[in-house]
Amino acid sequence: MTLGTSTRLGLFLLLAPILVWLIALLVLPHADMFLVSMREKVAPRTYEFSLANYAEFFTEPLYWRTFARTAIMSIAATAMTLLIAFPVSYYIAKMLRGRLKSFLFLLCLVPFWVSELVRTFGWMILLRESGVFSNVFQWVGLADAPVEMLYNDATIMVGLVYTSMLFMVVPLVTTLDSLDDAQVEAGYDLGGNAFTVLREIIVPHAMPGIVSGCIVVFMLTLGNYLTPVLLGGKDSLWFTAQIYTQFITRFNWELGAAFGFLLLALSSLIVWAGLKVTRQTLTETMG
Amino acid sequence: MFKPKTNLILGAVLSATVALTANTAGAETLRLLTWGGYAPEKVVDMFKAETGIDVEVTNSNNEEMISKLRATGGAGFDLAQPSQDRITSAQAEYDIYKPIDLSKIDTSLMIGSMLEGTKKNTMFDGKVYGVPHVWGTSALTVNTTKAPDVKDYLDLCNPKYAGKVSYRMKRPTLIAFAFSMGMDPFAAYNDKAKYQQILDKVQAKLIECKPNVKAYWTGGDALINLIRSDEIVAAMAWDGSGWKVNAEKPEVKTIAPTAGALGWIDTFALPKKTKAEDAAYKWINFVMQPKIAAMITEAAGNFTAAKDGDKYVTEAKRKVYQETFPPAAIDNIKWYPPVPAGLEDMEGKVMDRVQAAR
Repeated sequence: MTLGTSTRLGLFLLLAPILVWLIALLVLPHADMFLVSMREKVAPRTYEFSLANYAEFFTEPLYWRTFARTAIMSIAATAMTLLIAFPVSYYIAKMLRGRLKSFLFLLCLVPFWVSELVRTFGWMILLRESGVFSNVFQWVGLADAPVEMLYNDATIMVGLVYTSMLFMVVPLVTTLDSLDDAQVEAGYDLGGNAFTVLREIIVPHAMPGIVSGCIVVFMLTLGNYLTPVLLGGKDSLWFTAQIYTQFITRFNWELGAAFGFLLLALSSLIVWAGLKVTRQTLTETMG
Repeated sequence: MFKPKTNLILGAVLSATVALTANTAGAETLRLLTWGGYAPEKVVDMFKAETGIDVEVTNSNNEEMISKLRATGGAGFDLAQPSQDRITSAQAEYDIYKPIDLSKIDTSLMIGSMLEGTKKNTMFDGKVYGVPHVWGTSALTVNTTKAPDVKDYLDLCNPKYAGKVSYRMKRPTLIAFAFSMGMDPFAAYNDKAKYQQILDKVQAKLIECKPNVKAYWTGGDALINLIRSDEIVAAMAWDGSGWKVNAEKPEVKTIAPTAGALGWIDTFALPKKTKAEDAAYKWINFVMQPKIAAMITEAAGNFTAAKDGDKYVTEAKRKVYQETFPPAAIDNIKWYPPVPAGLEDMEGKVMDRVQAAR
C-alpha cells in the first residue's frame, strides 16, 4: 500500500515537468486561442459569442483560396524535396563509406548554422534584378537586360525546397542505412533491374523514412512565414501571412485565431489522408 | 566527440544569461517602442551619460505598436511613439494608453501649433494622450531622370512604368489614391457608407494598378534598396526615404504630389502599464532640446516638433526639404485626422482583396 502510493507519487513527480510544459505552453494557449476564435467584436471593447469567424473563412473566397493555394504548393514542395533528397540520401547512405560519408552529411547541415532569415536574404541577393545571377547572365551574354527572378511562385518553391532539404535527408539516410546490401544484391541476382529493385526493395524499406520526412517537410512548409513573404512579393499569398496580417495589421485577433485553428485542423487532415493513402501509421513512422 | 563543444556552448549561454541579468538589475531602464532612427545610438549614449538611464530601443510601426501593447494590456514598454491619428481609436478599442501629464513636460521646447494640434487629435474622454515628436509626410520618391512625369499618386499606375513602381499595402496608400482620384476620404471619416463607396473605387483602381507594382514595400530600408538599385523608378514613400537616397543619388527626389502629401505626426504616448514614467518624461524633455532634435532629424530623415530644431540641421538637409516643399506644397499637405474606430476593419478587407486579385 505504502509502496503503491510512493511509486505513484514518484511517477507523478517524474511526469510533472512534462505535464507543466504541455499544459502551460500547449493546452492553455490553445484553449485561450479557441475562445478568442469563438467571439466577435460588436462594439469597441465589447465581444459576443459567435461562429462568424469560421463562417467568414468559408464564405469569403479569398481566404479559402489562399488556404488551398498554400496547401497545394506545400504538397508540391514536399514532393520536390523528396525527389531531390532521395538520390542524395541514397548516395550518402549506400554508396559512400567513412569520412566522405560524414563529410557530405555535414554539408547538408551547414546551411542550418545560419538563421532562416539570413538564408532567405541570401537568396534575395542572388536572385534580385540587380543581383548576382542577373549580372552573371548579362556578363555571359544570356540576357541583354537585368532579369528579375524574385517575387514569383517558382522562387518561393526554390526557397521552400532549399529550407526543407535537411529534414528530408536525415530520416531517409537513417532508414536507408539500415537496409542490408545483401537484399539489394539478392534483388539483382533474382533478375531484377535497377527499377524493379528500387520499387520492390529500396522504397518499401525506406517507406517509414519517406513518410516521416514528408510529414515534417509538409508541416514546416505549410507553417513557413518568412520564405513566401520575402521571396514571393505582391502575389504571394500564404496562409500564415494571412494569419499574421489578421493579428498584427488588421487588429482582428478573432479571425486570426479562427484561421489558426483551421490551419491546424486542415493540415492534420491532409497528413491523415497522406498516411491513409500510403497505408502507414503514425506510430510506425515516428516510432 | 561532441561533449567539449556542448560544454562550451552551455558555458557561453550561462555567462550570457548572467551578463544579461546583471545588466537589467543594475541601472534604471526605459523601454522605448519607436520607429527606426528615432533613437540614434549617440543620443541614447548622451542620455545615459546625463541621467544614468539605459534606453532599450525596439523599432516598430503603427500596427505593431498597437498589437504589442494590446497583447499585454499596455505592459512591456515604458514609452511608445504611435502616430497621432492612431491613438484615440486604439484607446477606444483596447485601452492601452495612459493620459500624459503635461506639467511634467517642458512644452516650451515644442512648436506651439504642432503641440496644440496633437493635443486636440489625441484627446480621448477629455484627456490628452500624446505630445508631438517627429513629423513628416507620405509623398512620392521619384527617379527624376527615369520617370520625369510622375507628379501624383495616380501617375504610379502609368503603364510606361509597369513593374517599376512600389508602394505599401497599408492605409496611407488607400487615402492617397482616394485624394488623387479627386475624393476626400477625411471628409467621409464619420460617414461609413460614404467611406465604403470611396474605398470601393480605390479598390478597383488598386487592382487595376497592380501589374505596375514590382513589390509592395514593407520597411524603409527595403524601399531605399529598391530605388537605389534602379529596380524601381517611382514609389509612394515617406519623404525622409527619398531625401536619404538623394544624398548619394541626386536624381532621386522626394516630390510633393499634386493631390497633396499626407502629413503625419509621430507622438510620445505612455503605455498604460509603464514602469518608468519618470524616465519617460525625462527622455521626452531630453530629445526635444533643439540640438538633440537636430541629431534625430539627421538619423531619421524627418523634422521634429522641437522649436528651433531645424536651426542645427545641416544645410544640405534643409535644402532638399525646401525643394520638396515650397510654401504652396506645405499648405497642400493633408494632415491625418484621428481615425474613428471601425474604419480600419473596412480598410483591411479592401487590402485583402487587392492582395488577392490577379
